[in-house]
Amino acid sequence: MTTATLPAATKSSRPVRWTFPKAASAVGAVILAVVWLVPLLWALDTSLKPEPETTRAPITWLPEAPTADAYRSVIDQGDLIRWFFNSTIVSVLVTTLTLVVSVLAAYGFSRTKFPGRKVLFGLIIAGILVPPQVLIVPLFQEMTGLGLVDTYWGMVLPQVVAPVMVFVLKKFFDGISRDYEDAARVDGASRRRIVWSVMVPMSRPILVAVSIFTFIGAWNNFLWPFIVTTDPSMMTIPVGLANVQGSYGLRYAQIMASAVLGGLPLLIVYALFQRHVVRGVGDAGIKG
Amino acid sequence: MAVETPSRVTPGTSPTAAKAGTGQPWKERWGGLFFVAPFLLLFVLFMLWPIVSGLWNSFFNTSLAGVKQEFLGLQNWQDLFGDPAVWSSLKNTLVFTAMSTPPLVIIALIMALLANRKGLLGWLLRFSYFAPFVLPATVVTLIWVWIYQPGFGLVNGLLTAGGFAEIDWLNTENRAMLAVVITTVWWTVGFNFLLYLAALQGIPAQVYEAAQIDGANGRQQLFRITLPLLSRTTGLIVVLQLVASLKIFDQIYLMTNGGPNYATRPIIQYIYESGFTSYRIGYASAISYLFFAIIVIVAVAQFKLFSGRGEAE
Repeated sequence: MTTATLPAATKSSRPVRWTFPKAASAVGAVILAVVWLVPLLWALDTSLKPEPETTRAPITWLPEAPTADAYRSVIDQGDLIRWFFNSTIVSVLVTTLTLVVSVLAAYGFSRTKFPGRKVLFGLIIAGILVPPQVLIVPLFQEMTGLGLVDTYWGMVLPQVVAPVMVFVLKKFFDGISRDYEDAARVDGASRRRIVWSVMVPMSRPILVAVSIFTFIGAWNNFLWPFIVTTDPSMMTIPVGLANVQGSYGLRYAQIMASAVLGGLPLLIVYALFQRHVVRGVGDAGIKG
Repeated sequence: MAVETPSRVTPGTSPTAAKAGTGQPWKERWGGLFFVAPFLLLFVLFMLWPIVSGLWNSFFNTSLAGVKQEFLGLQNWQDLFGDPAVWSSLKNTLVFTAMSTPPLVIIALIMALLANRKGLLGWLLRFSYFAPFVLPATVVTLIWVWIYQPGFGLVNGLLTAGGFAEIDWLNTENRAMLAVVITTVWWTVGFNFLLYLAALQGIPAQVYEAAQIDGANGRQQLFRITLPLLSRTTGLIVVLQLVASLKIFDQIYLMTNGGPNYATRPIIQYIYESGFTSYRIGYASAISYLFFAIIVIVAVAQFKLFSGRGEAE
């Protein structure tokens, strides 16, 4: 990221003068940000109202007496905690396995030679074009055959196949000098050792970014878990919440409370890791 | 991307490295396959196999129970071309793509230009613009169904407060798609925004300093320097967005269930319904292949288009 440091260096030497276009763009930026935040705030606002207050017309803004009743009843009704648990297991498994198999494959394609390597890599690259949505029907049949319907593995395994990850990591590995490996090899390190103690530490930033995106993607994945789970106790948050509208009826405070609870974990993850997310999109997106 | 890599790959060192591995020729020749094997196994099981079995199924009359298979030849494929539901759901998918792609590119660009600043304000702007992207589809649609609610929803509340007539967004045929597009733009524009932001931050400051010395004003800098330098990024974003929009399913299924009167049902929902509601596995597989072909054509055409335009790194 050599270029990223340049603007900072030059900007600090020149104090910002507030001119009209600059002020206008700051105001515009803030207005747009507010527009983008309003739906989230409206959901939070609704969730803190007592039920009768949510269906008042004309609409009212802040709750007269904020209450956590909606949250209490949503949690008491049961399944949400279970869905959290399932989502966590599924997302952690998907992220860990995706990283391990993709790093190994990327190393294999970047650094080793074996017959058919180019053809295999080409095949995997072609896999980037395959939308997971077209596989749902045969994949469900396959899962039925394997007895993996309504299991964690049934949800996890198809999500681990991420050809784009292999592609991005291979490109990154290609850019790492071989000198480090050679030095490690002289010291007697095996190739397996080299992957974990040379390549992985050197690719930390991109691996962090890739993990965050894999985790978000797995946590939010709707279609596949929706198809492969029928038992409510096996559902993830997005799938479980899909039935909430029906089961809570028209209790909007409760519906919004469940939406807030369902969205909060990732908003927190994002707030904590924003720097990595922003840089990761740049690295993987522009370079990939 | 020079992260702690002082020297680039030096070709002279690699052959010796390969030889230094082990003495066994077999391991030398095939050893690399072990690194690739775990991914390859999963790739074959959960991508290649379903692709092949899907194609196979499309020539049979298979039900979800999958017991009795009757060879149909090209019957499913013929049915598909004569099925108005295929074409109307395909049309809905294309309409959604055409309506959603321009705002998802243009608003993302505007956001990136506005949020390319340091400090707390920059952080807050980046947080607000991208935050919806990290939410699950279900959370997004729960919120927006509530916002579009007639009577006491936010949008209609604002409309009536402004003296306009209420709109039953999700139950009106020519409004439902617009409602879904608005929700989608709000939800996913953040990703394109980050792609633009990364590209903007990659433009060296010297370029602007040189322009300033030459007397270029802000508007000239924007139209003569920034936008032209972003054209490759725009190409990338348009391709990614077209393909992403064509895959529309979650929001529509959750917000309108394809209605009213199938006016928003996308092709993936029709695949889902054919397979999991009507239990016509073979037929659903044939439609999947039609959709797959469209995605491939769009992606390849776009790739050709903009790799021919310059060096696509």
